Amino acid sequence: MKEMINFLILPLLIPFLTGILLIFFAKNVVIQRWIAAFSAFFNVIIAFLLVQKVRNDGILTLDVSSWQAPFGITLVSDMISALLVLTTTIIALTSVIYSFRSIGIERERYFYYPALNFLIVGVIGAFTTGDIFNLFVFFEVLLMASYVLLVLGGTKIQLRETIKYILVNVISSALFVIAVAYLYSVVGTLNMAHISVRLNELGQSGIITVIAVLFLIVFGLKGGIFPLYFWLPGSYYAPPAPVMALFGALLTKVGVYAIMRTYTLFFIHDTGYTHQLLMILTIITIIVGVIGAIAFSDIKKIIIYNIIVAIGVILFGVSVMTPDSIAGSVFYLIHDMIIKAGLFLLIGIIIAITGTSDLRKISGLIKRYPGLGWTFFLAALVLAGIPPFSGFVGKVLIVKGGFESEHYWGAGIVLTSSLLVLFSIMKIFINGFWGTPQDYKGEDKVPVRKLLIAPVILVTISVLYGAGSEFIFPYISQAAETLANPSIYIDAVLKEW
Amino acid sequence: MEIVMAFVIGILFMSATYLMLSKSLLRIIIGTGLLSHGAHLLILTMGGLKRGTVPLLGEEASSYTDPIPQALILTAIVISFGVTAFFLVLAYRAYKELGTDNTERLRGNEGND
Repeated sequence: MKEMINFLILPLLIPFLTGILLIFFAKNVVIQRWIAAFSAFFNVIIAFLLVQKVRNDGILTLDVSSWQAPFGITLVSDMISALLVLTTTIIALTSVIYSFRSIGIERERYFYYPALNFLIVGVIGAFTTGDIFNLFVFFEVLLMASYVLLVLGGTKIQLRETIKYILVNVISSALFVIAVAYLYSVVGTLNMAHISVRLNELGQSGIITVIAVLFLIVFGLKGGIFPLYFWLPGSYYAPPAPVMALFGALLTKVGVYAIMRTYTLFFIHDTGYTHQLLMILTIITIIVGVIGAIAFSDIKKIIIYNIIVAIGVILFGVSVMTPDSIAGSVFYLIHDMIIKAGLFLLIGIIIAITGTSDLRKISGLIKRYPGLGWTFFLAALVLAGIPPFSGFVGKVLIVKGGFESEHYWGAGIVLTSSLLVLFSIMKIFINGFWGTPQDYKGEDKVPVRKLLIAPVILVTISVLYGAGSEFIFPYISQAAETLANPSIYIDAVLKEW
Repeated sequence: MEIVMAFVIGILFMSATYLMLSKSLLRIIIGTGLLSHGAHLLILTMGGLKRGTVPLLGEEASSYTDPIPQALILTAIVISFGVTAFFLVLAYRAYKELGTDNTERLRGNEGND
C-alpha cells in the first residue's frame, strides 16, 4: 500500500522533470513541442486516475521523507484538490497545443515550455500541499514562472506591466510570510490539519480574526477580489493569448482555492465577522467586474473583467458556508477555469486574425470563420450559464445556498450578474461576428483551424461537464463535504492522533 | 528582547514603505529587499526568542530552541534573493528598452504605447 500513496506526488513530478528536461533542448523547438505535449497528455491521464483513486479510497496523504504529520511536510489530495489538479492538467495540455501555432519560434527557443511547466508545478503543488508554509513556497514557484512567462518576448508593454506585477506580488508574498509568522506564534504548527485542531482548542480570539483578515488580503491580492484587483486588468492584458489563458484560468484560481481552504478549515469560529467581510467584498467584486465587462469595448478587457465577476461569484458561495453553496462554488470554480481558458484562446484567434483587440474595428467574422464563430457562441452560452450548460448548475447551487441562509441581496446580485455577463459576451459576438465582413492585413497567415483545436477541446469538455453534471455531481459533493466538515480532512491527515 | 525586535522590524517596514512609494525603480527594489528582511525578522521573533540547546536527541537540557522559524527564514531568504535578482535584471532591461526608470513615465495602458 505504501507505494500507491506516493501516487499523489506524480502530477507534481511530471511537469517538474519535464521542465528540467526541456531546458536541455532549448534550441530544438520540435523536440520541445513533442516532449511538452506528451508529458502534458500523460499528466492528464495521471490526474484522472488520481481523481478516481480519491473517489474510491478517500483522502490520500503523503508524509514527505516519512516525517510523520504534523512534524514534516504533508501532501494531501482530497477531492477538491484532485479535481483542481485534473482541471489544471487539462488547461496545461490545451495551452501547450495552442502554443505550437501561436506563441512564435522566438519565445519557444527562450524557455517558454520550461517556464510553462514550472508554472504548472507551482499550481499543482499549491493545490496539493497540506502545509501552510509549503503553500507559500509553491506560490513563489508559480509566481517566478509567471514573471518569466509575462515578460518573455520583452515588448514594451510586457516590461512595463511585469514591473508592476512583480512589485504587487513581492509585497503580497511579504504579507504572506508575515501572516504565517503570526499564525505560527499563536498555534505553533504549520500543518494545516494541525492548525485547524489547535484553532478549535483556542476558539476564535481577536488575534485569529486579525490573522484571518491578513490571509484574506494576501490571497485576495492573488485572486483579485475587490479592492485588491487593481493590478489584474493591466497585467493580464500584456502577454500573448496562451499565457493569458494560463494566468486567467489558473493563477487567480489558486488564490481563490487558498481562500476556500483557509476559510473552511481555519477561520470558522468567528464567521459573523470574517465571512461577513468576505461576503461584502465578493458582492462588490461582482458589481465592479460587471461594470468593467460592460464598459470596455476591448475584447481582452471584457474577458479579464469577467474573471473578476467569476471570482466574486465563487467566493460568495464560500462566504455563505452552507453545504449547497460550497458544492456550487466547487462546481463553478472548475467550470470557470475551463471556460475562461477556452475564451482566452478564442479571443487569441480573433486578435491573430484582425490584429486588434478593439471591438469597434472588428466585424463580420462569422462569414469567413463560421467554426470560430459558433465555438465562440457556444462558449458564451456556457459562460453565462444558460440552463443545460455547466455555469447554470454551479450558480443554481450558490444562489440556493444564498436564499436558504437569507442573503437575498447577495444571491440577487449573483443572478443579475449572469444576465449582464451574457450581455457583455454577446456584445463581442454581435459586434465582432455579425455585420459586414472586412479584410484584415495578414489574416491569410493565421492557421485558424489548427488554432481552433485547443479551444474546441475546452468548450467540448465544458459542455460535457454541464450535460453530464448528474454523473459528475457525486465527485463535487464529495469535495464539498470535505470542505464543509474539517474533521474529515483532519482525521485523514493526522491518522495516529 | 522581543520589544527591541518589534521596533527594528517596524523601522524596516517603515523604510521599506517609504522607499517603495518613491518614483525611482532602484529605490523601489531596495524597498522590497528591506520589506522581506523585516518579514524574516518577524518570523524569527514570532517563534519566540529564547536561549537553549539544539533540539537533538541525547541533548539533555532544560530548554531547547525552536528550529522551525530558522528553517522558514532560510527558505524565505533564498526565495526573496531569487526574486530580487530577477527584479534587478528586469529593471535594467526595462531601463534600456523604455529609456526611463521613473515610474511616473511607466504609467499608462494600451492607448499610449
